[in-house]
Amino acid sequence: MALMEVNKLSKAFGGLVALNNFNLQVEAAELVGLIGPNGAGKTTVFNILTGLYRPTSGSLVFDGHDLYGKHPHQITKMGMARTFQNIRLFDNLSVLDNIKIAYQAVINYGLLPVFFRVPPFYRVEEQIEEKSLKLLEIFDLKKLAQEKAKNLPYGEQRRLEITRALATNPKLLLLDEPAAGMNPNETSDLLDLIKWIKDKFNLSIILIEHDMSLVMRLCERVIVLDYGSIIAEGPPSEIQQNPKVIEAYLGDEEVASWEK
Amino acid sequence: MKKNLPIVFVCVLLFALFAVVQVGLSSGFISSYWETNIYLIGINIILAASLNLINGITGEFSLGHAGFMAVGAFAGGVITLNLGLPFLLAIVVGMLAAALAGLLVGLPTLRLRGDYLAIATLGFGEIVRVVMMNIDYVGGAAGLMGIPAVVNWPIIFISVVFTILLIRNFICSSHGRSCLALRENDTAAQMMGINITYYKVMAFVIGAALAGLAGVLYAHYYTIIQPKEFNFLLTFDILVMVMVGGLGSLTGSVVGAVLITVASAFLQSIPELRMVIYAALLIASAVFRPQGLLGAKEVSMNLLRKWGGVLNGSDGSKQAQ
Repeated sequence: MALMEVNKLSKAFGGLVALNNFNLQVEAAELVGLIGPNGAGKTTVFNILTGLYRPTSGSLVFDGHDLYGKHPHQITKMGMARTFQNIRLFDNLSVLDNIKIAYQAVINYGLLPVFFRVPPFYRVEEQIEEKSLKLLEIFDLKKLAQEKAKNLPYGEQRRLEITRALATNPKLLLLDEPAAGMNPNETSDLLDLIKWIKDKFNLSIILIEHDMSLVMRLCERVIVLDYGSIIAEGPPSEIQQNPKVIEAYLGDEEVASWEK
Repeated sequence: MKKNLPIVFVCVLLFALFAVVQVGLSSGFISSYWETNIYLIGINIILAASLNLINGITGEFSLGHAGFMAVGAFAGGVITLNLGLPFLLAIVVGMLAAALAGLLVGLPTLRLRGDYLAIATLGFGEIVRVVMMNIDYVGGAAGLMGIPAVVNWPIIFISVVFTILLIRNFICSSHGRSCLALRENDTAAQMMGINITYYKVMAFVIGAALAGLAGVLYAHYYTIIQPKEFNFLLTFDILVMVMVGGLGSLTGSVVGAVLITVASAFLQSIPELRMVIYAALLIASAVFRPQGLLGAKEVSMNLLRKWGGVLNGSDGSKQAQ
């Protein structure tokens, strides 16, 4: 059975249909690309999958759980994590605290140790700190552990956001335009990072991206959205040749000439 | 051994503070005017620190603190005055009643954000005041009179230390970090597996319970409480202490509460100018230091260790981590 199975998902905001009959299957350890012009409904898909929006109709099953009506924090604990198009870090907290907070989805203690420092408090706190530092070390952020998140350079903020998502121990990682605002060098580093993460953490990844070279080099399968509907699906090489996709991105030749 | 040094240091400092004031009070060195103000400082620290937990740490803008304090004060007063039960029970019941009020107000209103939450909690405070005025059992508009005056310096001191310790322990825990996370970015916090409604309500309930504690202490010091005292201006006073000290800084709240209380005590002798100077101080602090005296910083154990390390000539920051 697929890790993620989405059937006939639709979402309307008032009269505007943002997503129409969207189907998606993600297998374990698969990397799927989700592309489309601006406003096609890509981020809406992520927002529905993670529970921020409730779909108008359709079904979502993740790892055997029905996601309909589940809250975002419950879905995170089932093993889904995401990053955001516009970076959303805990700006005024340290890099280490950013990771610690994410780690708490995996290990935590009850209320009693909060007010009365019984032994489990120190044991679990130590565990959280140790594992968080280890994760930061893997992503080469340990030296910045005490720095406020907002003081990091842009590329490292992106990396921290991905690291933080991984700290929740996900099975499926949703990356929303991770290469946005990066120069070619940084994008190429990101490419290696995503490949490496996928193998090292044995994850499935859904990637929204506008940088076509990144999508073409990374993804095994690409889904193209336009006006809320899937217009093409297949391996990157096929997608590149698909006339519908070219039309969606570049505009229809005839339509363009009429408008003149 | 060395690691525990700052804790020992703080304990010694606290005990010294306690002893100095205790000796001053019993020898008559501290006048009864300043005795009142010292108690008031204690009560204000509790109020400011607990409001800071809601407004500064969790980032929910509440203006209902006077209401929670009133609930605690009247519940406590009923226990000792109307029912003749012991003071300790009054504290417990006062805190529980305020916590319950916090829960009842928090559950529906914490879905609101920013200004809307502020208005809703402001409304709650006014409702409490008007309801108290119309319940004859708690004296109506005249309020409760003749509440036993059991509050003394040790009780105030222990209550303040208890409050600070409780809030500090909360902030320095995974649950406190969750509250900070939802202040910083609630969408991202949800994605990190944090149940934001749960933590908003939790911070609100703890803050309300502590405001209730302050209310019980207030009632059992002044012995007379009237509903009209717990109006919006009281909430505003507490808010000013929090803002002057620094939103999100526990030590800031202590500093703010002490400064504002002492300032208004000095200004009592020139009543014509009191509110003018008070307002000028506020404007000055808003213009020159909008983030508050301490910003979001804390005078913490780690900082003390660092200072200690500098004094000892060794690198204290290493121990701090």
